[in-house]
Amino acid sequence: MDRPAGKGVSRRGVLVSGAACAAATAMPASASSKEPSAPMKTPPALPVQVKVNGKAAALTVDTRTTLLDALREHLHLTGTKKGCDHGQCGACTVIVNGRRINSCLSLAVMHDGDSVTTIEGLGTPEDLHPMQAAFVRHDGYQCGYCTPGQICSAVAVLDEIKAGIPSHVAADVAASPAFSEMEIRERMSGNICRCGAYSNIVEAIREAAGRRQA
Amino acid sequence: MKAFEYTRASSPADAAALAAKTPGARFIAGGTNLLDLMKLEIETPTHLIDVNKLALDRIEETSDGGLRIGALVRNTDLAADKRVRRDYAVLTRAIVAGASGQLRNKATTAGNLLQRTRCPYFYDPNQPCNKRKPGSGCAAIGGFSRQLAVIGTSKACIATYPGDMAIAMRLLDATVETVKPDGSTRKIAIADFHRLPGDTPHLDNTLQTGELITAVTLPKPLGGKHFYHKVRDRASYAFALVSVAAVVQKDGTGRVAFGGMAHKPWRVEAAEAALPKGAAATAKIAFAGATPTHDNAFKLQLAERTLAAVLHEARG
Repeated sequence: MDRPAGKGVSRRGVLVSGAACAAATAMPASASSKEPSAPMKTPPALPVQVKVNGKAAALTVDTRTTLLDALREHLHLTGTKKGCDHGQCGACTVIVNGRRINSCLSLAVMHDGDSVTTIEGLGTPEDLHPMQAAFVRHDGYQCGYCTPGQICSAVAVLDEIKAGIPSHVAADVAASPAFSEMEIRERMSGNICRCGAYSNIVEAIREAAGRRQA
Repeated sequence: MKAFEYTRASSPADAAALAAKTPGARFIAGGTNLLDLMKLEIETPTHLIDVNKLALDRIEETSDGGLRIGALVRNTDLAADKRVRRDYAVLTRAIVAGASGQLRNKATTAGNLLQRTRCPYFYDPNQPCNKRKPGSGCAAIGGFSRQLAVIGTSKACIATYPGDMAIAMRLLDATVETVKPDGSTRKIAIADFHRLPGDTPHLDNTLQTGELITAVTLPKPLGGKHFYHKVRDRASYAFALVSVAAVVQKDGTGRVAFGGMAHKPWRVEAAEAALPKGAAATAKIAFAGATPTHDNAFKLQLAERTLAAVLHEARG
């Protein structure tokens, strides 16, 4: 970026002096001294305190910052992925106060006092979460981009079934949901995998669920 | 996304008062629809009033045997409530037929009622749309209209109301409770809440400026068998082409409301008298005066057949 354009002369220096020269020769004085229209007002920013993977974090963010961007750009937790950024693909799924959500469709300022778990908080390379280990064992991915969202979602899905939250495929919504492949597929429908690793993802979740019950 | 100020509301009345006196203000609860639209700059609020910390997240029994659902009750919690699953199963079925688990964990009862259309021309700022920009025209009329409305349309708009939950609430004769900027409260029958586009399609509902939804109440349970059949282009996580919410009693009488057909949940009480005679007789009355396009005329047949499937299941 700052590589010199010639001996002792930077590229930026050439551009600046060229512009000054053009202004001095070709533009009327009034135009060259004219200020740009009113400077942009500083966008509103607010402090937020969140607990991420058990650690307290204090941030000051532009009100427009999504939870996803706060995690990736401010806290440098880049495991959570930005896919569509519109809540359609599930790559940004994280667990907030025990519930999975699309972190792209939530503002960081709305999470003051919340507790967030990302893929980095589920396990480590040395000590994988059982769901992570099952995804590895069953090849529940190809390119891997959707995987952190798939795994966060899958961990929460097992909790949702355990908590008795009904799904669209229930024959009787008043009854407690039972674990089945149909239930996994329906409940994971908010996580898209464009490589199409779905069958292995289902196998991985099935195994992780079995281990949990054991 | 345009820059905006952000305030956490301290009470429903304060939130309403602040919204009324702040031009360009919007309430935010789940944010799953509003933030999507803000990223596309279809919605450009200058001020967001966060209502999430208000204590409007409980489901309580009412003195007349119904339920009062707080505005901030999340879709997941409403669908999972034992009383709702037992007595208002059509509502649970409608909610779990919509969106994804992640979205239902965030989406609220009030926010879901206020969900905006999914008309592709509303979503494309390069196209004229009277709902997005009043007076600019409607690109959907004469455009690709497969998903769009077949009845109650106008020369200004053929968008549909996209949600599922509200179809069940319309069937159940729910009431929307609000607080106005002056602190007074109002009850709006769900039938009068969503509106037809007419020549003001930018107005989705009958809320006034600053008015905040505080709860939705359900009257006492209807009994009967509950159905929500949603027909869509994929098995899960898609908006309805057609949906049928129904409660059918043992004698074949009942209620029916349709989603995906109009700018509001579509229920014609006069058509329900024909339910014992079957789907064709009911659909004939429910969709009298329909104005489908070449692309979406199939929805009329699809709605009738979906209702036939529901009635068949009700008899079984």
